[in-house]
Amino acid sequence: MPGLYSSNSEVDLDRHDYLHESSPEAHGKLLLHDLLDISPILSEAAGAIVDDSFTRCFKSNPPEPWNWNVYLFPLWCLGVLTRYVVLFPLRVVLLFAGWLIFLPSFSLVHFLLRKNDKLRRQLERYLVEFICSVFVASWTGVVKYHGPRPSMRPKQVFVANHTSMIDFIILEQMTAFAVIMQKHAGWVGLLQSTILESLGCIWFNRTEAKDREIVVKKMKEHVEGTDNNPLLVFPEGTCVNNEYTVMFKKTPFELDCTVCPIAIKYNKIFVDAFWNSKKQSFTNHLLRLMTSWAVVCDVWYLEPQTLKPGETPIQFAERVRDIIAVRAGIKKVPWNGYWKHERPNPKHSEQKQQGFAESVLRRLQER
Amino acid sequence: MGNSSSMLTQYDIEEVQEHCNNLFSQQEIVSLYQRFCQLDRNGKGFISADEFMSVPEFAFNPLSQRLLRMVDGLNFKDFVAFLSSFSSRASLQQKIELMFKVYDSDCNGKVTFNDILAVLRDLTGPFMTEEQREQVVNHVLKEAGYTQDCSLSLDNFIKILGKSDLKTEVEVPLD
Repeated sequence: MPGLYSSNSEVDLDRHDYLHESSPEAHGKLLLHDLLDISPILSEAAGAIVDDSFTRCFKSNPPEPWNWNVYLFPLWCLGVLTRYVVLFPLRVVLLFAGWLIFLPSFSLVHFLLRKNDKLRRQLERYLVEFICSVFVASWTGVVKYHGPRPSMRPKQVFVANHTSMIDFIILEQMTAFAVIMQKHAGWVGLLQSTILESLGCIWFNRTEAKDREIVVKKMKEHVEGTDNNPLLVFPEGTCVNNEYTVMFKKTPFELDCTVCPIAIKYNKIFVDAFWNSKKQSFTNHLLRLMTSWAVVCDVWYLEPQTLKPGETPIQFAERVRDIIAVRAGIKKVPWNGYWKHERPNPKHSEQKQQGFAESVLRRLQER
Repeated sequence: MGNSSSMLTQYDIEEVQEHCNNLFSQQEIVSLYQRFCQLDRNGKGFISADEFMSVPEFAFNPLSQRLLRMVDGLNFKDFVAFLSSFSSRASLQQKIELMFKVYDSDCNGKVTFNDILAVLRDLTGPFMTEEQREQVVNHVLKEAGYTQDCSLSLDNFIKILGKSDLKTEVEVPLD
């Protein structure tokens, strides 16, 4: 019996075409039974209650326990002891030493070399790359970089998938990027407004509509400059757990410049690098990384892409997202990452309503 | 929050299972409990309307507001009981009963012309005019031998929908 409104009732995790999902043509005369049968829509709603891909994007995955065995348990205890009593203090000392070198030299360079702009910027770049590699070392970051290193030239913007603020640190230790970032509070905010500011980083507040316009303007100015650090954007706008990728914001794809995709994939063998900012402060997140054995990760610098003729910025963004998702082996979901912070808008339900209305009207004609 | 599933004892699970007439396996109930705790963000013991609406796939459902009235503030036992109509073990009658409840918003055991119209309004939104909707409902009621003034009872519903295969099966993911 043909259903009036047919859709996928199963909990399908790969809803790539969710947005473009069109109900298969239902034919035949419209009967009372067809109109009353709302079961596909109900089961969709129940499916979303039981499981949904949006929540899955932001779920931190605790490591598989492997120590519940009499033989392995002492080994695990030894591991915990090593991590917390030996590795952690060593890492704290390392981090401390790094800052001891970095802060005075950075201030010296910043204030003494005011006149020699070019040299100052070069030295500042080196110093920021240095402190970032200290950070990476403090969680024994085992990072493998694939592909050519980013170069400094105007009219290009780098986009990467986002898992945690450590993405930025990992990329920054290789190349001093200027990054577009959410403004944070606390010590991160302090670093943002002092040190990172000098790299040309741009801050904004997600909730401020006005900030968006200002950021777009600043980005446009930034990509034009020849001596500016390459621009890095995390177009998802929020941290995702590295298993999925949410929709890209279209702004970096509207700048009329080359987009260089970067794919980042973390190996969860020792620790989950996802920063769940709603549950954990960044400090706690770093502490968790610093008490683990290592952070293992792959970074791919992918082939630069340009807007094809006839392509809209949104299509372009989707194409780049595809490239990153395939390389990093993460699944695409059609959701806006900002819905983590604000209410979804009802545009999507309107699409469903439209499909339903058209189907009913069409079948009413077929009497 | 992640450990809260361990708080379900064998007794709890059996009690919930009984409450939903054994339509879910024990494993499914454990999974549902994890999900319940995930949605009940601040551990109040029930899921508020706001928390349901934070799931985009639910919020975009044209019937979400209507369903909210049925699921808002349910505790875990009733939450499972509500979902049990979507279990593959649920009978056709149970599924039809649930659909009847969705239509019968004033819970008087009768579905009137206006009830059907209201659901159709949710389903079609701004893409159909009120006249078109009335025309559609009128037309199908007449075709099936009912008039505009008569109201449908649960038995009528079972007669109308009973012969079809309804798509109401939802799988509980087991991890």
